[in-house]
Amino acid sequence: MTPVIDIAGLVKTFGTTRALDGLDLSVEPGEVHGFLGPNGSGKSTTIRVLLGLLRADGGRAALFGADPWRDAVALHRRLAYVPGDVNLWPNLTGGEAIDLFGALRGGLDETRRARLLDAFDLDPAKRCRTYSKGNRQKVALVAALAADVELYVLDEPTSGLDPLMEATFTDCVRELRDAGRTVLLSSHILAEVEKLCDRVSIIRAGRNVEAGTLAELRHLTRTAVSADTERPVTGLAGLPGVHDARVTGTRVAFDVETAALESALRHLLPFGVRALTSTPPTLEELFLRHYAGAR
Amino acid sequence: MTGLAGTRRLTRLALRRDRVQLPVWLAALTLLEYGSAVSIVEGYADPAERTAFVVTSANNAALLAFNGLVSGDSVGATIASQVLLIMLVGAAAMSTLTVVRHTRQNEETGRAELIGSAPVGRHAPLTAALIVAAGANLVLGVLAALALVACGLPAGGSAASGVAVAGTGIAFAALAAIAAQLTSGARAANGLAAAAIGAAFLLRGVGDATGDVRGVRVDPGWASDLSPIGWAQRIRPYDGDHWIVLLPLLALTAAAAAAAFALAARRDLGAGLLADRPGPPRAGRGLRSPLGLAWRLQRGVLLGWVVAVVVVAAGMGGVGDAVGDVVASSDAVADAIGRLGGGGSPVDAYFAAVLSLVGVAVAGYAVQALQRLRTEEGGPLEPVLATATGRPRWLAGHLLIAAAGVVLLLAVAGATTGLVYAAATGGNWHLTGTLTAAALVRAPAALVLAGFAVAAFGLLPRLVTAITWAVFAACLLLGQIGQLLNLPAAVLDASPFSHVPAAPVAPVTAAPLVVLTVVAAALTATGFAAFRRRDIG
Repeated sequence: MTPVIDIAGLVKTFGTTRALDGLDLSVEPGEVHGFLGPNGSGKSTTIRVLLGLLRADGGRAALFGADPWRDAVALHRRLAYVPGDVNLWPNLTGGEAIDLFGALRGGLDETRRARLLDAFDLDPAKRCRTYSKGNRQKVALVAALAADVELYVLDEPTSGLDPLMEATFTDCVRELRDAGRTVLLSSHILAEVEKLCDRVSIIRAGRNVEAGTLAELRHLTRTAVSADTERPVTGLAGLPGVHDARVTGTRVAFDVETAALESALRHLLPFGVRALTSTPPTLEELFLRHYAGAR
Repeated sequence: MTGLAGTRRLTRLALRRDRVQLPVWLAALTLLEYGSAVSIVEGYADPAERTAFVVTSANNAALLAFNGLVSGDSVGATIASQVLLIMLVGAAAMSTLTVVRHTRQNEETGRAELIGSAPVGRHAPLTAALIVAAGANLVLGVLAALALVACGLPAGGSAASGVAVAGTGIAFAALAAIAAQLTSGARAANGLAAAAIGAAFLLRGVGDATGDVRGVRVDPGWASDLSPIGWAQRIRPYDGDHWIVLLPLLALTAAAAAAAFALAARRDLGAGLLADRPGPPRAGRGLRSPLGLAWRLQRGVLLGWVVAVVVVAAGMGGVGDAVGDVVASSDAVADAIGRLGGGGSPVDAYFAAVLSLVGVAVAGYAVQALQRLRTEEGGPLEPVLATATGRPRWLAGHLLIAAAGVVLLLAVAGATTGLVYAAATGGNWHLTGTLTAAALVRAPAALVLAGFAVAAFGLLPRLVTAITWAVFAACLLLGQIGQLLNLPAAVLDASPFSHVPAAPVAPVTAAPLVVLTVVAAALTATGFAAFRRRDIG
């Protein structure tokens, strides 16, 4: 099956700044793909290239197997987009903006529009200039999510939303996934990506640092283990794959690479394990490690 | 006083932001004063001719309504009767735009919130805006007075003229400060302030037109007493220099500023006193296309221009009848109009001259309308182009409105001039068609500027505002004073308006119109091609 998004070695420069420096990104049909990176890492630039707003300087970018620059209009009928920084027309109402975007895209689902307005608790009769950042974000979200399309490109869509509305957003994306739609979700909020995404691409300074399913990524990471034993544990620090072992009396805590988990546990057993907790790595930690390495 | 903390810094910020805009305003208005003064000093050197011209002006209600109060027949007084009113309106416009830019616009964009969170007093932003506007007006007053002195006019009257200009500008700055408290949008605040200027202009127009004429002096009717612009005119430069009129202007300024500060203290940051009414929750059929959106965004500007063009064209038509007398009284005026209009009968030459002016002004509409392209690109263009809307279609929507607006405005100008002239002279209705056609002859040249704006938007998006207005200003100056300055033909020919046949006085030939249209089309095509090829943002 053709990937919905297929980017390889993408390069985009602004003057002397290399915003994208050989970026790869692949999104399969029907997947919710997390696109993670800190501010200024090139997420929005990548999306703008995919939307044909910017012209790539090198590499390959394909959307539905076509050229996003040349075939922009035809491709845009098949996608909906929420920009990271939502700018609207101050003298149009939110409802007018939603209808306008719908019409420009070629129609929108009326029942879904009504349901989304309700779910996001948005007053469509207000002028856009009076909306807060969060409400402008909601206008863009309703306009995009009410569209019946194959791909939803969402650039940090929850940055202005409160936790309640974030939950509403999460529900909406799950519905899209259940309906077999493809979603590219750019974010630096890891909990959101963890909740929603099948696969994740992590970028930094315009380059990939990691890509895969969450399970695959966790293979690269460490589980935090702490245990209470009858006798003090010895010899743990020498084991391959074990890091930061700390023994205080009968308490022991260490991080272990997933591949070495079994051997580490076997090592503990002879000391008489009374209690054991293990914490799977959060994406946060994954993230921290990647960017800590960058500095 | 803590309410004013940070005023000095905000004043410097405002000056930094206006470092191009305000000098351009000041230079343009000073040049206007100087250029008009020079042409009158040279054109009316003979006292008898001048007195005849002044008497004619004083006895024509339409001339009084649109040119302003006539008071005295010295060289200086004649200049004042021709240019003081424009200077007063110009100063008022500069002031209101400046004040709104540094108050309500900052609140609308959210900059004021950021500023307000710093140790800055509640009244500091408004105070800084008023200081900048008042300072600009004082500089303008001095420059205008110096320009008059440079033409060899008496210092006293020149100073009175400058003071009238500065005083009016400052009074309207204070009125704009009130407007900025009332609405929550900067555009609406500018609209309110413009309406105040328009009302002041019209009131004194009615007052001046209905005044008592005593030889070379007019005592305006009571309607002028209701208008700050009417008060400022009563300073009567070079004809007694009645400084006393400064008192009501200063009183108005103080009262309006106090009201603005009181209103500002009563409202929340970002909110207007006039509440935003809810709008339609659904988009109408007309809005659901790129062209519909362009129309919605552009219609306010076009409507404002239609109103302005109708008012100005009615004035031009109304004074048409008097022009024959004026021209008969002065060979110099006949020469001047002849230079602008080509030749033929005095009235036709007059219409050719004023329609040429309208043509340039309408090109200014096209340039203003097309600034919207860049505004949109800095705002919601990105999500629009992420829909199934192609770049050419979006661009074409705005261009179509601007181009149709040019044609509409020219037609309205020609038709209104003709109708009012016919009504004033009690006949000559056939001239309406002639003048409408003559006005439309200016369309290709105006469209060249529209095409230039599109080309600039495609090729040099970051510079589009600066270079389009610079080119427009160059065309305006070349047309109005290029010949007076005896510039070489090659320079004059750089303006598209130099190639427009001076209809209705000169015969209309197809060749220049075809060439101008082709140039406009080529510029437009260049802009489209470049815009398709460049990055958005």
